[in-house]
Amino acid sequence: MGIFDFLSTRNKNTASVAKDRLRILIQQERSMRGAPDYLPLLQRELLEVIRKYVNVDVDAVKVDLIKDGDNEVLDISVALPEKAAAANG
Amino acid sequence: MTEIIVVTSGKGGVGKTTTSASLACGLAKAGKKTAVIDFDVGLRNLDLIMGCERRVVYDFVNVVLGEASIKQALIKDKRFENLYVLAASQTRDKDALNKEGVEKVLKDIAAEGFDFIVCDSPAGIEKGAFLAMYFADRAVVVVNPEVSSVRDSDRILGLLASKTRKAENGERVQEHLLLTRYSPDRVEKGDMLSIADVEDILGLKVIGVIPESPEVLQSSNAGVPVILDDVSHAGQAYTDAVSRILGDNVPLRFTTVEKKGFFSKIFGS
Repeated sequence: MGIFDFLSTRNKNTASVAKDRLRILIQQERSMRGAPDYLPLLQRELLEVIRKYVNVDVDAVKVDLIKDGDNEVLDISVALPEKAAAANG
Repeated sequence: MTEIIVVTSGKGGVGKTTTSASLACGLAKAGKKTAVIDFDVGLRNLDLIMGCERRVVYDFVNVVLGEASIKQALIKDKRFENLYVLAASQTRDKDALNKEGVEKVLKDIAAEGFDFIVCDSPAGIEKGAFLAMYFADRAVVVVNPEVSSVRDSDRILGLLASKTRKAENGERVQEHLLLTRYSPDRVEKGDMLSIADVEDILGLKVIGVIPESPEVLQSSNAGVPVILDDVSHAGQAYTDAVSRILGDNVPLRFTTVEKKGFFSKIFGS
């Protein structure tokens, strides 16, 4: 320990930042694993169609494949904006 | 019964070929008849790390195409009489390999009474990497304590669980995690993911931890796999990993910061 160690404190514990980022990312990627390849494209095209009518955010459309026993459910959710924001739609 | 072990990672430059060479040498040293195959068609490198680059006559693709027999193409190691190398083709493009061809070569090797076949996978998740893992019984996933390597390893673990022959038959490829280029002092400073962090994120225990050490490069330079340098920490750590692969319970070494003595603190070491 030196008296100037405080100068390097801004670099402390980047490892825990890495761990947190990886945890979230990998959890998300695992949930997409085994899902059909068309999901990202489907999501993008749905977004384009919805945007023709409503002014939604890029991340407003969520497409997930949920496994329920032997059944697979395509879960599509669209978050609509507040009335005021969508006025120009 | 021949066991097929794939050494894979997704990300490039994490130490797949170094690991393949050392595992193969370690298994041979333990008395197992071992072949190590370079699957990186077009970017042959295992021969260099094994130190047999000047003795390559026939390669993997020659055997697949029936231009050479497996006996002609297997290069006998000069250090261990039960160790053989099958080089990747340097000139042909990677479409030269296909599932049937690879299966034929693996069967030919198995018929020669080998205990282990180590498949050195190319980086990426393209055809070469897929073929290297497809017939595997076990997988050694090489990972560095670094974000992109950990993420790619998780991707590879997903492929091992779905795109292999075992997976297609409803079985599982036995997965091992090998952490390489590990620096205990950087982990202690909070600059590097720890063993526990990587195990936790990937949900898999490590089969070995290879410390970052200068001898790895020196061994590559010389064409002598680092496991044969039994003074180096990396070499000893690889030896431990081979023991664990063979089922022995060996504690991890070189994973904590070495406490420096009074004199080395003053004079350096």
